[in-house]
Amino acid sequence: MLSRVAERVYWMARYVERAENTARMVTAFHLLALDMPKSVQLSWKGLVEVTGNDELFDNHYQREDERNCVKFLLADADNPSSVLNSLRSARENVRTTRDLVPSEAWEVMNELYLFARDEIDQGIGKRGRFEFLSSIVQRCQTLTGLLAGTMSHDAAYDFIRLGRNLERADMGTRQVDVGALKLLKKDHDDPEPYEGLLWTSILRSESGFQMYRQHVKRRINGVDVVRFLLQDSAFPRSVTHALKQVQDALESLPNNEVPLRLVIQARRHAMNANVDELLAEDGLHDFVDRLQQDIADIHGANAETWFLAAPAQAA
Amino acid sequence: MAIDWKQYDPKPFFDELIAKPGKPRKPAKPLTDYLSSLDDAEIQSRKAAADSAILEMGISFTVYTEGENIDRAWPFDIIPRVITKAEWERVSEGLEQRLTALNMFINDIYNKQQIFKDKIIPRYVLKQSKNFREQCVGITPPHGVWAHICGTDLVRDGKGDFYVLEDNLRVPSGVSYMLENRQVTKRVFPELFENSSILPVDEYPTQLFDMLASISPRPQDYPEIAVLTPGIYNSAYFEHSFLAQRMGAELVEGADLVVGDDDCVYMRTIDGLERVDVIYRRIDDEFIDPEVFNPDSMLGVPGLMRAWRKGNVGLANAPGAGVADDKVMYAFVPEVIRYYLDEEPILPNVPTYLCVDDKDREYVLDHLDELVVKPANESGGYGMLVGPHATKKQRAEFAQLIQKDPRNYIAQPTLDLSVAPTLCGDDIEPRHLDLRPFILQGVRTDVTAGGLTRVAMRKGSLVVNSSQGGGSKDTWIVDEEN
Repeated sequence: MLSRVAERVYWMARYVERAENTARMVTAFHLLALDMPKSVQLSWKGLVEVTGNDELFDNHYQREDERNCVKFLLADADNPSSVLNSLRSARENVRTTRDLVPSEAWEVMNELYLFARDEIDQGIGKRGRFEFLSSIVQRCQTLTGLLAGTMSHDAAYDFIRLGRNLERADMGTRQVDVGALKLLKKDHDDPEPYEGLLWTSILRSESGFQMYRQHVKRRINGVDVVRFLLQDSAFPRSVTHALKQVQDALESLPNNEVPLRLVIQARRHAMNANVDELLAEDGLHDFVDRLQQDIADIHGANAETWFLAAPAQAA
Repeated sequence: MAIDWKQYDPKPFFDELIAKPGKPRKPAKPLTDYLSSLDDAEIQSRKAAADSAILEMGISFTVYTEGENIDRAWPFDIIPRVITKAEWERVSEGLEQRLTALNMFINDIYNKQQIFKDKIIPRYVLKQSKNFREQCVGITPPHGVWAHICGTDLVRDGKGDFYVLEDNLRVPSGVSYMLENRQVTKRVFPELFENSSILPVDEYPTQLFDMLASISPRPQDYPEIAVLTPGIYNSAYFEHSFLAQRMGAELVEGADLVVGDDDCVYMRTIDGLERVDVIYRRIDDEFIDPEVFNPDSMLGVPGLMRAWRKGNVGLANAPGAGVADDKVMYAFVPEVIRYYLDEEPILPNVPTYLCVDDKDREYVLDHLDELVVKPANESGGYGMLVGPHATKKQRAEFAQLIQKDPRNYIAQPTLDLSVAPTLCGDDIEPRHLDLRPFILQGVRTDVTAGGLTRVAMRKGSLVVNSSQGGGSKDTWIVDEEN
């Protein structure tokens, strides 16, 4: 398989996952905002920070209000990770690998992008936001399902799985970070009652609320939620589960030594975290930072191993 | 209401299916009888079936307009064009003869240049040829073949005789559409294929693969073959990916390839570097190797020429093969055939006046209103003067151009291109067409059974290019003995 083609399907999967995760995150925060009393203010800018693009945001916007933040996350042409830009890039990558990807997948991808492009204003405004974002999530899931169900599970599919799960692990850590950053700006002394709502909303971002309820069966609290999102081995959107998927995909690819070693390390790192201590000692944010660096290193190793120009050697 | 062939009158042109109103040509009779057995609704439903087959099969071509790339559905007319096997065999022999001589000619040009020494062709013809590649001098590729894939444009005149309009020896396109046209026609008129003997065209990708394999520098192994495309923005990208798929070859872009210190070509795969034996390149000479040709080219592969010169990779078509594409060279092809093969040309050229020749030029300048003037090295119909349709001012401009650079212009009489019945809206009307067969030459020579028929869909128009509204038809070579 050509390196260029591998890189394109890998990024296609990352972009689709990124669009879906961003849509989930905005949905959950949108619902949370509706629940909050006037006295507690949500920092929408915090969401922008979670995606790591806050500097870009500051260069383009004066006010950090809801509308600007949502617009930046969903539609902004200057934000390469906005939902619209992610879908556009994903579509371009499917278009250039059409000989490899099932033709229905191309159609779904094309419709998904056109839908996002034409209806994006619904997502920016409050009234149509929920429907718009739900539809984006659903269509991304359709695409993922189509690829899983109709494409040969060969090297090309391994690269799709690799890209999707690495992006998922990355976004998972960022979600945990939302909790760590304490995005609730309190203007009275006891924000405790609302922290439960925040953690619920984070679970919702990952569609994990129901699964958490079934598997954890305890009152929603920070420690359990973080543990669930980081370490639950059965929940498909937990960080360790996604990293296990990355590991599985890597195992069937050639020359996998370096990325495989890194993913095993990262997984161990996530599994061994003592969440109680991290939360008690305010160390969660730093921990998540390191985990994100691990994930970035895996990506770097992938690129190094398969995508970049291999030096020409005399045979 | 069914089709009434008595109402169809192609006069004054030669018609491919109908001899005169109500009288189909013999080989076309089963087809025309069948068509007139269908009522209007049935014909329209077949047309709709063809359109949806083209969409479903994703047969498209790319048009670049206003900064956006658009994949358009391939334009297709459901009524095939019919040629008898006996007639085609003769044409096919002529094409084989022509390409054999052309390849000997190209090889001679880059080596001994005997044909100039023997004064069969004047030397100036080469001096000013834009497609002559200095960098290829002294090379003899495997089997002495330079143009491995040739698309020769044929037309029929008022009497129905075939003429060669031009040879495309660089990167000729269209063969994928020839194959797809047949697939669509089989879906639309399965009944017709049961009752007549129409020669199949499907072997082409296998023949192409075998031809490419025959120029591999490592004949003992399974050769690694790649189709080199400029990328998705190229108008022929559909064809590049189609051919790669059908041959089981890799579809690569320049950046996917690298030339090693050992002067071999490798492609970058997830397993590391893999050696490539043969490249079917669909990129023009000037762009294939920035070390040797255009240094700004992002499409090519640095060092590719080095690898080819050393015989470490097969290139089809070989760089420099386009030297015989020149329209002035074209005028000499009958001489070329006589010189190298000691045979009379089977297929005639369209009579051609060379403006560089004093007598010819004088004639051309006096008869601009009757002639078509073409620049020697342009393709795709650019920079032409169609005398009878031109204004006085345009003709005066061309007269100046010719006098300034006579070597760059040739002129030909306007031909009465043949027509064929074509579905235009609800009616069947005559439309002009041409034919592009494809000739493969490696260790052996193969000619397609027929080729790509292109149709000028606008009434009276001679423009067959699909980007300018032209269409296409399936081409049937019919074996009457069976």
